[in-house]
Amino acid sequence: MLDILVSGLLLSGTYALVAMGLNLQYGVARIMNLANGEVLVLGALASFWLYTTSQISPILTVILVIPISFIGNYLIYRFLLTPLVRRSKTQGALEVDSILATFGMSFIFIGIMVSIEGGFFFYKYLSEPIQILGSTTSLNRLVAFLIAVLIGAGLYLWLNLSRPGIAVRAVSVSTEASGLVGINVPRISALAFALGGTITAVGGALISTFITLDASIGVVFTLKALIIVIMGGVGEIRGAIVAAVILGIVETAVATLIDPGLTLASAYFIFILILLFRPQGLFGRRAV
Amino acid sequence: MKRANWQELLWVAIIVVLAAFWPMLANGYWLGIGVDMMMYIALATSWVLFSGPTHYISLASAAFFGVGGFIVGTGMSDYEASFWSMLALSAVVGGALAALIGLATLRLSGVYFVIFTLGLAEMIRNLVSWIQNNFLGSRGLYVLTDFTDKHLYWMLLVTAAAVYLLGWIISRSRLGFALRIIGGDETVARHVGINTAMAKVILFTSTGFFGAIVGAIIAPRWSYIEPNQVFSPQLSFFVVIMALLGGSGRLWGPIVGVVPFLLIWNWVDANFPHQSILVLGLAFLVIVYFLPHGFVGRIDQLRARARGRS
Amino acid sequence: MFRRKLLGLAAALTVAGTSVFAADMIKIGAIAPKTGPLAGGAVVTQWPNVQLWVEQVNARGGLNVDGKQMQIELIEYDDKTNPGEHIKLAQRLATQDKVDFVVAPYGTGFNIATAPIYGKFGYPMIAVSAITDKADELTERYSNLFFTLGTTTAFVDGVKEILIEQREAGTIGNEVAMVNVADAFGIELADRARELFGEAGFDIVYDKSYPLGTPDLSPVMKGAKDSGAKAFVAWSYPPDSFGLAEQAIIEDLDVNVYYSAVATSFPAFKGAYGNKINNVLGAGGTNVDDPVIAEYRDAHLAITGKVADYWASANTYAALQILEQAIEGAATLDRDVVTQFIKDNSFDTVMGSLSFENQVSNTFWSVGQWQDGVFRGVKGSNVDGAVSVRAKDGWSD
Repeated sequence: MLDILVSGLLLSGTYALVAMGLNLQYGVARIMNLANGEVLVLGALASFWLYTTSQISPILTVILVIPISFIGNYLIYRFLLTPLVRRSKTQGALEVDSILATFGMSFIFIGIMVSIEGGFFFYKYLSEPIQILGSTTSLNRLVAFLIAVLIGAGLYLWLNLSRPGIAVRAVSVSTEASGLVGINVPRISALAFALGGTITAVGGALISTFITLDASIGVVFTLKALIIVIMGGVGEIRGAIVAAVILGIVETAVATLIDPGLTLASAYFIFILILLFRPQGLFGRRAV
Repeated sequence: MKRANWQELLWVAIIVVLAAFWPMLANGYWLGIGVDMMMYIALATSWVLFSGPTHYISLASAAFFGVGGFIVGTGMSDYEASFWSMLALSAVVGGALAALIGLATLRLSGVYFVIFTLGLAEMIRNLVSWIQNNFLGSRGLYVLTDFTDKHLYWMLLVTAAAVYLLGWIISRSRLGFALRIIGGDETVARHVGINTAMAKVILFTSTGFFGAIVGAIIAPRWSYIEPNQVFSPQLSFFVVIMALLGGSGRLWGPIVGVVPFLLIWNWVDANFPHQSILVLGLAFLVIVYFLPHGFVGRIDQLRARARGRS
Repeated sequence: MFRRKLLGLAAALTVAGTSVFAADMIKIGAIAPKTGPLAGGAVVTQWPNVQLWVEQVNARGGLNVDGKQMQIELIEYDDKTNPGEHIKLAQRLATQDKVDFVVAPYGTGFNIATAPIYGKFGYPMIAVSAITDKADELTERYSNLFFTLGTTTAFVDGVKEILIEQREAGTIGNEVAMVNVADAFGIELADRARELFGEAGFDIVYDKSYPLGTPDLSPVMKGAKDSGAKAFVAWSYPPDSFGLAEQAIIEDLDVNVYYSAVATSFPAFKGAYGNKINNVLGAGGTNVDDPVIAEYRDAHLAITGKVADYWASANTYAALQILEQAIEGAATLDRDVVTQFIKDNSFDTVMGSLSFENQVSNTFWSVGQWQDGVFRGVKGSNVDGAVSVRAKDGWSD
């Protein structure tokens, strides 16, 4: 039982990080980013590639990934997504356009990754057993969890205490009202999108230390991140954390107690319950 | 989706009759391409039937296709059932599954629906594999029949024609009228007393029904069914891209989308085998940025311009 | 000598796009995954051996077909692990490229799916990576299809024999923990194992499946560990064979028999875990002490730059040798004659002398074991050099 809690909690750390990233993109920049999982896998690929070719520690890769993915995501928003934001008249139209555009981008990412590494991103880093509360786990999971908590906490403080952070939160509540009080909405949106992508890529670099990924697995992570975001409530950072913990523990519990074959089905089951009984999310206020 | 007229039906009927002669002209490779085209025309037309009027992007095609293939494989291999009975069962199961999914998700905004269908094929694959592993057991799903590409082509042609005919009838019915209002503005539709959720569920059910039929027809071609292949999510993306390239504004849109897409795709595949996924991605971007209403939208635009000039 | 040089030149010219000497070329088509779920296996056992064989044959002057030396021109395609794509490409090979012969596909499903197409044009298919219990029914249907790697039952039987031996030796009891990948081959093997292990008096105390592509196998291994069984059997594919070993090391799984199926014999398996995986059992095997195998492994490394895996690589190469010897022996490019030649003769290959009975070869390895850095065959059918099985003893270096 304690086993399940420990493993589930460790897993949820990186889930929460990735969901925060998506939350910034969808909740603030209003872009439904279906290439989110591929950005995650790009981070994982960077970590794998640097480790296997030049023995660079994934923790160092995390630091390298931050500026690169920030600039990359900023450019994507600025040049590929801004035209869509301008041209769409309603939020619904923007959603359809951004879904299709990011969908296309996800294939481009996959194509690029396949040309770099077609097989599995397999490497071993800190793959040592350790004991936590009498339950065995691996060191890389613990390290990934701690870094995720650190980054998550940093983001949370930034959003609540810094000026640009507060502006980001304001935009997430209402684009129109934020514009009226003098917030530069396009700039804040671009910032949020780039930041969201960065956090996702960092999450990918961390996950790759304990899970073997490949170029085409991104969609599974996109799906999980979306489920977490919706469960927690769109734009709710705290909600995303709670939802990530729930998903991490439920998945581990189902895999351990019922059957490993039903983990994805259990994620879907949670999703259906949310859709049927609380479509605005556990912490959401906005009516959908 | 616009109301379809008799003239359009006549044109499509002529195309269907001409297409039926393709196996007499082509053999081997080109007949194989024909089978692919018919398969995607059937799938994309049923996609447009649902997504055209509702603007919901469904990524569920692979889930229904997989259900069809899986049922035929399991039935014929482990229970010695006939192909035809399993084809019928697939259609019923596919339809029922779509109805259930529709009831759970179609009352809400389109985004939830997209997310739900995004991993659906993967989830159903896990679920059926789990059921097969724990309750049914299997010695491999072999689908050994005497059908050749020629037969499968004709079956798919009939399916595609049936999808079109259903769409044509719906577009002229009260349901079609209701759907046009929903497509225009869902709130208005609700205010005038249209049961919007029900209309959407009915259409989505037909997508599941036909998706499973197509999967069942393709199963003999593959001969041996592996869940990870029959539920490959890539199929859903292909259906969407071809339907959008043609344009979801009209029921015949997929025909003008599927044919050029597959020709280009095969050319790319033969000449740049490692870049094909990249090309798929670029095709999506081209459609979103330059052809937002597909070929159909372009054709209608040009026609309107020509009329305006004369 | 001069003639041979000229032929080499001719080959070079043709490859460069000139078809002046096209009459002296033999076209061979090969379709297998380079991307998708099965690519990880195909790039280890299928593609390198095709490359090795073609280069070796061309280096020695080509195939001698009725006194004429013919260089091989290889036409290869990536099926992306997609049956629809593969069928289309197979039709392309047969009707557009008009190849003379084909290398059989990679994967059970792909061999069966293409058997009718290749059969129509008379191509013999010497399938390697296809394991089935339906060989009789399939070969009766497709007279061009040959099987060389064994049957599902044989693979389960090999493991069962080891379990019985170890029970008699007292290293394990009646309890077995079994997991499998929930996809075609894994489901089939587990299904067969439940029956055969049960008959042998074993009690499968942990029996769970996980979906193909499950990234996190830690709950599976924790469950197997909690069952307390001293024998662990996994009907796995790559990459999960790797993932399971990794988790077994982390959990320090206390067993005396540890078996994981496909990919255990890959050199990368040892590359990843070093001596920790000493005495791990896996599907397949080779007789590394056989000088013919040693020579083959050296050539594989020299030409492809990769260490050959310890199972299907040799079988794949042997299948190509059969094709080569059949074409030369039949002294014609007539595919029906060559197919008949394969049925009627035995062939001298790296796997020893191979022949077909009802299109099925009964010479293959079913189980091997990592012993001091080398994966050796321990169970097989009609093979020499099986060594005795050792009990697994911890996961330390």
